[in-house]
Amino acid sequence: MTAGQAKPAEPAVADGLQERFDATIARDQRIEPRDWMPEGYRATLIRQIAQHAHSEIIGMQPEGEWITRAPSLRRKAILFAKVQDEAGHGLYLYSAAETLGADRADLTERLIEGRQKYSSIFNYPTLSFADVGVIGWFVDGAAICNQVPLCRSSYGPYARAMVRICKEESFHQRQGYELLMTMMRGTDAQREMVQDAVNRWWWPSLMMFGPPDDNSPNSARSMAWKIKRHSNDELRRRFVDMTVPQAEKLGVTLPDPELRWNEERGHHDFGTPDWDELTRVIQGDGPCNARRVERRRTAHEEGAWVREAALAHAAKQAARTARGAAA
Amino acid sequence: MSTGEQRGWPLYEVFVRGKRGLNHVHVGSLHAADDRMALTHARDLYTRRNEGVSIWVVRSEHITASTRDEKDPFFDPSADKVYRHPTFYDIPDDVPHI
Repeated sequence: MTAGQAKPAEPAVADGLQERFDATIARDQRIEPRDWMPEGYRATLIRQIAQHAHSEIIGMQPEGEWITRAPSLRRKAILFAKVQDEAGHGLYLYSAAETLGADRADLTERLIEGRQKYSSIFNYPTLSFADVGVIGWFVDGAAICNQVPLCRSSYGPYARAMVRICKEESFHQRQGYELLMTMMRGTDAQREMVQDAVNRWWWPSLMMFGPPDDNSPNSARSMAWKIKRHSNDELRRRFVDMTVPQAEKLGVTLPDPELRWNEERGHHDFGTPDWDELTRVIQGDGPCNARRVERRRTAHEEGAWVREAALAHAAKQAARTARGAAA
Repeated sequence: MSTGEQRGWPLYEVFVRGKRGLNHVHVGSLHAADDRMALTHARDLYTRRNEGVSIWVVRSEHITASTRDEKDPFFDPSADKVYRHPTFYDIPDDVPHI
C-alpha cells in the first residue's frame, strides 16, 4: 500500500459508500485515489487514462521522425522540446493511472501487445516537414479542445495531470502555426506542401474526437460520472469553429466543400468524416498502426538492458553504503 | 493486477518547491532505479519550464498515510473544538484592531 495507490474497493453496501461517492460527484468535488469508487468508474478511468498516455507516447513517433531532418537548428531544438513534452505527458498520465492501482509495466505490455488502444491520429504518416506544422496546429489544437474540459474531470490526479499538459500544449499549437506561417511566406512549392498537409490531416483530425454521439456507447456514463464534460460532437464543433478563421488567416483551404458559416446557429456547418475509415484505423488497419506499435516494442526491448543495469548499479551502491556504515 | 515494484524500478513520489517562500507540493510520481536517478528524472519530468527551485523525492512505500475515509474518527479531535477559531469569541464592534 503506497500513498498514491488504491486498494481494491469493497462492496458499496454497508455504510453508504455509493451515496457518498455520488454526493461528491454531484457537489462537483474531486474523487481522490484512496476514496471508495465504483469498479466501473475505476475501470473506465484506467482505460481512458492509459489510452491517453499511450497516445502521448506513440505520438512521439510521427514528429520524432523529422528531428534529424528539421531544416534549421531552431526548428530542430523546438521539435526536440516538443517530442520531449509528449514523453512527459505520457508519464504524467501513467502516474495518474497508477494511483488507481494500474501497474505501469503492465500498461506498457498491453500497448505493445495491441491489447490497449491509442489515438487513431498517430497512425497516419508524416510525409513532409509541413506535416510537423499541421500536426501542431490541428492535432494539438484538437487535443486542447479535448483536454481543457478534462482539467475539471472528476478524478483528481487525472484533472491535475491535464492542467500540466494543457499549459504545455499551447506551445505545441503555436509552434506549429508559426512554422506554417513561415512556409506560407516562402515559395509556391512550400505553400503547396502546406496545403497538401492540410488536405491529408483535416479529416483524421476531426475523427480524433471519436465517433458521433449517437454511436458513442460509453459517453453517457462518462459524462454522468463527470469524467468527461462535453460530448464528442460538441468538441468537434468547437474545434471547427476555432480552426476556420485560423485557416483563413494562414491562407489555406480546408478540404470540405460543405464547410460554411451558419448564421442561424452561430456555428459552422461541416461535412461528415468517413466513420468507416475511423473504425478501420481504430481496429488496427490504418496506414501506420503496425509500424508504430513495432517501433514502441523495439524501443522497449532494446531498453531492457538499461533498466536491468540501473537496478544492478543501485543494488551495488546500496550494498557499498551498507558496508561503509557497518565498518 | 501485478505489482510493478518487483518487476521494475520502484515508485517515487515527487514534491516540488515552486519558488522561495512556498512549501514543497506533491506533483506526481515516477519510477527510478535509485534516489539519485529519481531526482534527475523528477527534474526532467516535472521542471522543464522553471517550475521548481527544489525537489524532494521519496519512495512511495515509505509514506505513511491516514485512512482514506474522510469521516474517519481519526479527525474527530479537530471537529468539536469551536473555541479554537477566532469567530468563537464575541467582541464588541467598537473595539479596534481585533
